Amino acid sequence: MKKELMSGNEAIARGVYEAGVRFAAAYPGTPSTEIMEEFAKYDDVYAEWAPNEKVAVEVAIGAALGGVKALAVMKHVGVNVAADPIFTVSYTGIEGALVIISADDPSMHSSQNEQDNRNYAKFAKIPMLEPADPQEAKDYVSLAFQISEQFDTPVFFRTTTRVSHSKSVVTLSEPMMPEDKTTLTHNAEKYVMVPINARTRRVEVEKRQKALKKFVETFPENKMEINDPEIGIITAGMPYNYAKDVFPNYSYLKLGMVYPLPEKMIRNFASRVKKIYVIEELDPYLEEQIKAMGITVTGKDIFPYTNEFDPGIIKNAIHSDLQGSVSPYKQSLAQRPPNLCPGCPHRGLFYALKKSKAYVHGDIGCYTLSYLKPLEGLHSCICMGASIGMAHGMSKALKVKGKGKVVGVIGDSTFLHSGITPLMNMAYNLSDALIIILDNSTTAMTGMQEHPGTGYTLMGKEAKKIDLKVLVSALGIENIKIIDPNNLKETQNAIKEELASSGPSVIIAQRPCVLFKRANIKSQTSLKVDPDKCEGCKSCLGLNCPPISWKKGVTKEGSKRKGVSFIDATLCNGCGLCAQVCKFEAIS
Amino acid sequence: MIDSKVKSILFAGVGGQGILRASDIMCMAMMEAGFDVKKSEVHGMAQRGGCVTSHVRYATKVYSPLAEAGSIETLVSFEKMESLRYLKFLSKDASIILNTEEIYPPAVNMGDAEYPDDVIGFLNKNYPKVIAFNAAELAQKAGNIKAANVVLLGAVSNLMNVEKSVWENVIKKSFPQKLVKLNLDAFQMGIAA
Repeated sequence: MKKELMSGNEAIARGVYEAGVRFAAAYPGTPSTEIMEEFAKYDDVYAEWAPNEKVAVEVAIGAALGGVKALAVMKHVGVNVAADPIFTVSYTGIEGALVIISADDPSMHSSQNEQDNRNYAKFAKIPMLEPADPQEAKDYVSLAFQISEQFDTPVFFRTTTRVSHSKSVVTLSEPMMPEDKTTLTHNAEKYVMVPINARTRRVEVEKRQKALKKFVETFPENKMEINDPEIGIITAGMPYNYAKDVFPNYSYLKLGMVYPLPEKMIRNFASRVKKIYVIEELDPYLEEQIKAMGITVTGKDIFPYTNEFDPGIIKNAIHSDLQGSVSPYKQSLAQRPPNLCPGCPHRGLFYALKKSKAYVHGDIGCYTLSYLKPLEGLHSCICMGASIGMAHGMSKALKVKGKGKVVGVIGDSTFLHSGITPLMNMAYNLSDALIIILDNSTTAMTGMQEHPGTGYTLMGKEAKKIDLKVLVSALGIENIKIIDPNNLKETQNAIKEELASSGPSVIIAQRPCVLFKRANIKSQTSLKVDPDKCEGCKSCLGLNCPPISWKKGVTKEGSKRKGVSFIDATLCNGCGLCAQVCKFEAIS
Repeated sequence: MIDSKVKSILFAGVGGQGILRASDIMCMAMMEAGFDVKKSEVHGMAQRGGCVTSHVRYATKVYSPLAEAGSIETLVSFEKMESLRYLKFLSKDASIILNTEEIYPPAVNMGDAEYPDDVIGFLNKNYPKVIAFNAAELAQKAGNIKAANVVLLGAVSNLMNVEKSVWENVIKKSFPQKLVKLNLDAFQMGIAA
């Protein structure tokens, strides 16, 4: 069969298609986003961006109750949002098949925490598969659908950033032709989870657990390799590759299914090797269960709890006598923190917000980057949709002391994800805080995905476009202003007025993301600093715009200035914000 | 003869320099040459002006897409100071291909930090083979500054035992027709650099 270089996410999409699955719902989130984008490219599939992960799972459950094989995809923290339906669909089971992909992010490359979602499998009593590379990612996702059908259970499929975003050679298989098994099956005792039915289903879950524990003992993707009998390694997922890289000759028990665990197989492995190491990133998830079997293993007493591993970390943990590699360069190097793009519409808004001296609750999106110096535009960020509830709570708690000083900011996609309910709460509970919706017309951080406010679906169809102003008004908010955040004066005035007004207010800051192709933003002529007019006050540097730098020593004769600002014409997109900030009309 | 020892190349630079495209092309070339190959990088926030790295590893069989610190034989640095950030990953006898272009980090732009001086001198003192040149200028000569990544690929291809025709085939497949000649020229300039 054909071989292709594929990322883990591309391989998962291929595997889903090969398994004859044609239905998927998701909300974008790194490192999961490309799974859905790739899946949507295959023929005859239905793929949708749901407004959030809970809706995505519910859409997939509905499809699965109609008899199809359905997929829901999300990043690790998305499973928290979707946890409510997931815990109960574990009781009901489905008619077709249901696989839920959780893309975890050890090291938090693009996330607010590094929770280990293997715990969800145990917690919700749902079997979980975990691949170690793109080939396995493709192959295992097919197996996940088979297990779902065979045991009438949702199945978790866990990937991590390194599996999702590494590329390797994948051998493709012939896609299975989808069978039409769609039907309306009435079965209220199974699907109406009122207590009397739930109690019955609860017992069925334990029966299923028992059957799965038997099944997993012969599951072919739990693989034992007996080499050197002195040392045995029990592992799963990407850490298997790291360990094999540095210890090719040890014995291995590599688990393809991480819930439930194959107890007999683990006991068998333990009897064939002398010393056992459990190698796993994040929580001692395998270790605790294996220890509970009464087997002695070494795990988190030598391996880190935090961050992803690599071959060196594993080698140095087992051989603590080895010196790790060190850089010969000893000086500190200036960091390159991620920054808002040149011309980003968030820049003006946060510059104005900093001037207002308010406490700003942030949310999840590119704009979170504005917390860094020198913008320092927001002061908290917990999770999707949290800014609104937090701003309301702080404003209520501080009473008069918080008057005119508490703001919440939230992106358009994030607002539609989970900001509507807390905004309704602000109107209902007579809040005094100000919420600013940063409407850049797309889901920018994850790479321009559609959402209910963009007017298009994932499949590229034109759709009903939510009018944010009408929506906000319908939630009971009366003070609403729409502004252009690139107009600094208008933005500053609107913030000032709405902070001073009583009752809840919403400002909708509207300007499309500069990278958003459909908005067709033409770069304006790049701006220049006139060195004869520049007084060297550094105000423009406060915008932290990538093209603007400071040149020391370039001064007019007799001037007190120590230098002037400079704009790199190749990076500047001419948004003109710096010209509005300059007090000496030196930028044009 | 295909070597069974895993070879590792580290690409490093700044978001927007075409690092991921370059490491993709290298992987496809290694695949066409009959190797098992893996690569790894992190997408997402790092793309917005941050540091970007990509590990490429090839052999008859590769397990880890990430190389052990202290083991990488070749560093391709797309920006001058970025070469210094990853030296702990290199083996002591590593070869370094260095684009001498400088991109200032925000702290240097603000005047709060210095851009390191004499990077090339430091590298020459510590590593046996440093090939330093301005890839952006060469790419400009080839027709587009954005082809600096392919110029650097040309330079690193000299250190790898793969036929030039294999690279050229992959380059032809990796770009739209109208950009193929430009990128083949850029690749050749890298070989000659």
